Amino acid sequence: MPTALITETAHGPRIDAVNDLGRAAGATPGMMLADARTLCPDIAVTPSDPTGDLDFLEKLALWAQRWGPWSALDPPDGVLVDVSGASHLFGGEARLIEDVHTACAARGLAARAAIAPTAGAAWALAHFGAKIGYSECILVRQDDAMRMLADLPVAALRLDSNVLTVLRRLGLKSLGDLAAIAKGGSGLDGNVSEASGRDALKRRFRSKSPTANPLIRLDQLLGKVPEPLLPVIAQTMPLVQRRLMEPIRHRSLLDQVLSDLAADMARELEGKGEGARRLELGLWRVDGEVLVRKLELAAATRDAAHITRLFTNKLEDVDAGFGIEIVRLRASWSEPLALGQGDIEIAAEQHGTSLAACIDRLTVRLGPEAVRRPAARASHIPERAQVWVPPLDHQLASQGTLDFYHRPLKMLDKAEVISVLYASPDGCPQRFRWRGKVREVVRVEGPERIAPEWWRERSSVRLRDYYRIEDAKGQRYWIYRHGLVDDGRGGMPAWYLQGMCA
Amino acid sequence: MAACAVLKPVRASDILAQSRRREARWRPGLSAASHSEVFASTQDASGAGAALMLARDALTAQARVRRSDPLAEVDDQRQILWVQDREAIRLTGRPYAQGLPPDLRRRVIHVAAKSAQDALFALEEGLRCRDLAFVMGEIAGNPRALDFTASRRLSLTAEKHGVPLWLVRLDASADLSSARMRWRVEAAPSAAPRWNADAPGDSAWQAELFRARMHPPGEWILSDEKGSLRATEPRKHPAAADIGNLARPTVGRSLAAL
Repeated sequence: MPTALITETAHGPRIDAVNDLGRAAGATPGMMLADARTLCPDIAVTPSDPTGDLDFLEKLALWAQRWGPWSALDPPDGVLVDVSGASHLFGGEARLIEDVHTACAARGLAARAAIAPTAGAAWALAHFGAKIGYSECILVRQDDAMRMLADLPVAALRLDSNVLTVLRRLGLKSLGDLAAIAKGGSGLDGNVSEASGRDALKRRFRSKSPTANPLIRLDQLLGKVPEPLLPVIAQTMPLVQRRLMEPIRHRSLLDQVLSDLAADMARELEGKGEGARRLELGLWRVDGEVLVRKLELAAATRDAAHITRLFTNKLEDVDAGFGIEIVRLRASWSEPLALGQGDIEIAAEQHGTSLAACIDRLTVRLGPEAVRRPAARASHIPERAQVWVPPLDHQLASQGTLDFYHRPLKMLDKAEVISVLYASPDGCPQRFRWRGKVREVVRVEGPERIAPEWWRERSSVRLRDYYRIEDAKGQRYWIYRHGLVDDGRGGMPAWYLQGMCA
Repeated sequence: MAACAVLKPVRASDILAQSRRREARWRPGLSAASHSEVFASTQDASGAGAALMLARDALTAQARVRRSDPLAEVDDQRQILWVQDREAIRLTGRPYAQGLPPDLRRRVIHVAAKSAQDALFALEEGLRCRDLAFVMGEIAGNPRALDFTASRRLSLTAEKHGVPLWLVRLDASADLSSARMRWRVEAAPSAAPRWNADAPGDSAWQAELFRARMHPPGEWILSDEKGSLRATEPRKHPAAADIGNLARPTVGRSLAAL
């Protein structure tokens, strides 16, 4: 059945759009309804809904982002999608177009699609490509765009209707005609230069607006002039609500609901990485009244307690009437808010810190050199056999020590010189003076001879004879005699106290 | 009347049980007090040695309790934190891994603090850490920072997080402290080893428990018997009697000649 969408104008109803049957019967958009009625008396009429159309187009633009990262509106009936570098995901441009047709058909939409390097060329191909017999509306960058699009009518330039009229009157019917003038060289006398041709068009169409200037549009179509587009970006508004089992009438219950909602909202906002700048609290009463309270915040926040506290002051004058059945909280304006660090102190107070956190704290205050772990190193020299490594580094496997090597519990950073009474030349120590006190050696075990590491040290380094000793009070030490009397590497050997046994 | 209703009735048997528990003499194998202090001299490593021995004994006791729990970790591999201030390092040295008991060799994290304040900070952070078996501290002297408040702070933290603290006080006088157990330790002559009677034997210490919340004071000879702690009454210790006999005469020279 032929159908038309109309709008009321000062001169009577005018047709905005017709379906295929109506078009076949002779009605065209822009025609007065009375004229259409004479051509097709049984045409059905419905008032058009431009805002609804725009709304639908926005949704369509978002849906069309399945083919590319961003899209723009082209009112009243078009959507531009940027598919640069995305077509291979669908198996090439041809398959992409096929997919567009299939998907639109599945939604019950009649669609014409085209792919071209510029938005203008794609628009021209989509709208007029079929008319000049292009089977697949794909223009790749390597193609000579002007040669392929020369047959398209000037209407393909997205110009205002009065400009189109002027062009028609000038006899410029196709893009090729216009391009020839703009390029120059094919004028009537054959020697019109490019500059003069462009100048003529420039003088004729002085407007800076692209829709009124065919030259700008032509350049945009060929990609010589950039064409900024306004992308459509989906924005969802965080919204949480409670539909209450029983209408509430008391303030304390409302406060409870409010704090629950604020907590939900905080979680919602946290998921999006945003903070609310404006919040709207809607209270639906049983008797149909809706109370709205708005809150504007100085800085983006998602602190539930903060939101609750601020709203509480605004709820003083709420009249619950017969009860409130729905409470809804909506963040109509939100701004990005980075995720903040949780309160480590409280968590640490409750559960204790992990080892890594403990080491971090110690290292930050005391320095990395202060927090270390002893690790074994392959050496016989006692002070070399232990290195200090960062505490949480992987511990390398090391050769175990033999049980009969008794090592002291603690080792002095620098072995202290002691004077020892011993049976020369290499007898056991019998008495020694250390830190100003003379001690009798009661028990002694040794010597354990540790030779210098000749592959590393100088030839004059002396060997060490270690003794484990215990004095009369039971204090146990690890001392060594540095060298032998007749080793030729120095005079009388010196004695050192290096370690303290437990 | 209302106040009387709130009070719990106290029975004589409760008081008796409590006092009996309090009067139980300390013995090895009891679980550790949350905060213990060991007073020792800087002349030897007896303070650290005894503290380590006591700490390991408490860990064993803890492991015994754990073993009854089927879900518990079998092998205790938690780290220990050993904090020393600069003076303690200078006078008694740093821990030497090869001389540590085998089960602790790879588990020690050492903190060399510059001052007593830093050492106290490190101790407290260590006590807050749930992954540590125990925390050991060595602080020399009676620094101003280690007053009763600081000590109480450590006690409370240790109690709250269940990490025992063993604080070795080197050359310090027993000032005010909130430690649950306070020991005074000196080196004691060791028992003669079986195969070489002239060699120093297993470590032994003369330990005096001079303040404890749950135990009466007492004196013991503590010794390390193949890794486990043994406590004997002072006069029964075999080596205590014959110290004089082991001293050998000096040969030839006098110390003045050295």
